[in-house]
Amino acid sequence: MERVTPPAAGGADAERRSILKLGWIGVGIAALGEMLWIVASFLKPRRQESKNDGSLIVAGPSDTFAPGSVTAYPAGKFYLVRLADGGFLALHRQCTHLGCSVPWDEASGRFKCPCHASVFDLRGDVLSPPAPRPLDIFPVRIENGIVKVDVSAPIRRSAFDPTQVTQA
Amino acid sequence: MQFDRREAEPGAGKGSARTVIETFVLHLRPVRVPKATIRFTHTFGLGGMALVLLGTLALTGSLLMLGYTPVPGEAYASVERLDGAVLFGAFVRALHHWSANLLVLVAGFHMLRVFFTGGFLDGRRLNWLVGLGLLSAIAAAAFTGYLLPWDQLAYWAVTIVTGMAGYVPLAGPALANFLRGGPEIGPATLRTYYALHTQWLPAMLFVGAGFHFWRVRKAGGVVVPPDAVHDENGKVERALFLPDLFWRETAVALILLAALTLFSAVVRAPLGPAANPGLSPNPAKAPWYFFGFQELLVHLHPLFAVVVVPALAALALVALPYLGFPSGEPRGVWFLSRTGRRTARLAAVAGAALAASLVILDGTRLGRSVSLAGSTALVLRGVLPTVALLAVCFAFCRVLRSRFEATRLESAQALFVFLAAAFVTLTVTGIWFRGAGMALAWPWNG
Repeated sequence: MERVTPPAAGGADAERRSILKLGWIGVGIAALGEMLWIVASFLKPRRQESKNDGSLIVAGPSDTFAPGSVTAYPAGKFYLVRLADGGFLALHRQCTHLGCSVPWDEASGRFKCPCHASVFDLRGDVLSPPAPRPLDIFPVRIENGIVKVDVSAPIRRSAFDPTQVTQA
Repeated sequence: MQFDRREAEPGAGKGSARTVIETFVLHLRPVRVPKATIRFTHTFGLGGMALVLLGTLALTGSLLMLGYTPVPGEAYASVERLDGAVLFGAFVRALHHWSANLLVLVAGFHMLRVFFTGGFLDGRRLNWLVGLGLLSAIAAAAFTGYLLPWDQLAYWAVTIVTGMAGYVPLAGPALANFLRGGPEIGPATLRTYYALHTQWLPAMLFVGAGFHFWRVRKAGGVVVPPDAVHDENGKVERALFLPDLFWRETAVALILLAALTLFSAVVRAPLGPAANPGLSPNPAKAPWYFFGFQELLVHLHPLFAVVVVPALAALALVALPYLGFPSGEPRGVWFLSRTGRRTARLAAVAGAALAASLVILDGTRLGRSVSLAGSTALVLRGVLPTVALLAVCFAFCRVLRSRFEATRLESAQALFVFLAAAFVTLTVTGIWFRGAGMALAWPWNG
């Protein structure tokens, strides 16, 4: 059987081949990029879906919270803390170590994480490791004596400072 | 030769089921295999067991898919229904659950077997890497399956493990969000894990396992022990695959299946209370095969426990076949040599003792006073222990080379045993000796 022998190297033929080869590689990369784009678009709507719609939680009149008290808001995933000086702080209930829900321990006056034994004080500061930073906070607004907490996105902080507190 | 040719030839005794099976099997496997490798204690049949377990998982899994609903509000109820209202539902779920746990164990032991018989060198280097990939895929499949029952254990174990991903430098928070499909575990997480668990990972596992077995055959079967009998031409003595190896493999597979079936008929797959995002259980534990890492988290800065130490370990495993071990050294026999056995024993005791004493030391008030926050912690609970560990490994190697006159391969083996023993000790600590608040406790004290 007669076989088609490839033309000798060099000349216009070889050049045409190398250009075609480049073309194929280009088409291949484009196809791969397109597939990745499709995968990304499938993963995208998950973000929007998990966003909090009711991002503003009305906690109630500020004078109903006693200084030094902690009130849990399961719907907003935060604790509304009224410090001894009367200032408000909304602490995210998620432990900064690995994301467990941190319960408030009334007896000791501390937040104690059940997962890895991190302990936080009333202001969310770390008293005991392994948590690497204080509990995240949500912005608190007081309008006409009503406490409102914006839970759209928790704010990270490296330590407690008085500017985080909203005074009544 | 005791082999009756008529048995293997197609056409002879045509139509009998046994002939059909045998001729089919001979399409997949070689006619003859090195005789010394078919001894059960040479491999313990671990690779074959892993394949049997994969098959069991695929079958039981596809049954479970018919009864399971991957939606947060309904997942738990559908698992309860499978357990209670479906005939044999609890049995099939138990079979799936125990097969998965056993597969993690068997695959881990298989890796140890390959390592300790020196089966990762020469022409088997690529296959070692494929095996590591398969092991990771098995861990990923087990982990994604862990979430699906949507009970408290599942929910918080996945919270913890995805939280670990958040400590990867720079990409961490994005990676954790990607793994969860959002800032917290929810419908998107369940859907993603369901897709991974039932489609992507099984596909990867079956294609990867096929490639893995094919590479073993290309390498001439499993690694041949040095005491194998050779003929005058230097060729290794061979046995017929049929019946010598085939029926041994079948026996192992059937015994395994029988044991699994019996166990699953008696012990049900666990199902805790339904997931409650507001209430973390105390203590909250990751699946047992991740417990070594979770134990590291108790002691080290998260950056080191989650990223640096595991990355170093993974790098060492990947680099292992490429460290240029001389090809003249013995292999194919357990623990290589007498020196190899002695040093491995020493390393196992040393590793376990070191890990246990460090855990106890850190568990007492002595260690607890050091905070994990801030940059001092990064040094005290990150850089310092890691450097100390590397120094101990280096010193240990020196001792092995000078005191025991161990070869490079024997030293590497002893070092591996040392670290593996430490890791197993951490895992055991996590499973049985951690009580409320992750404090050290005796198992019988709850």
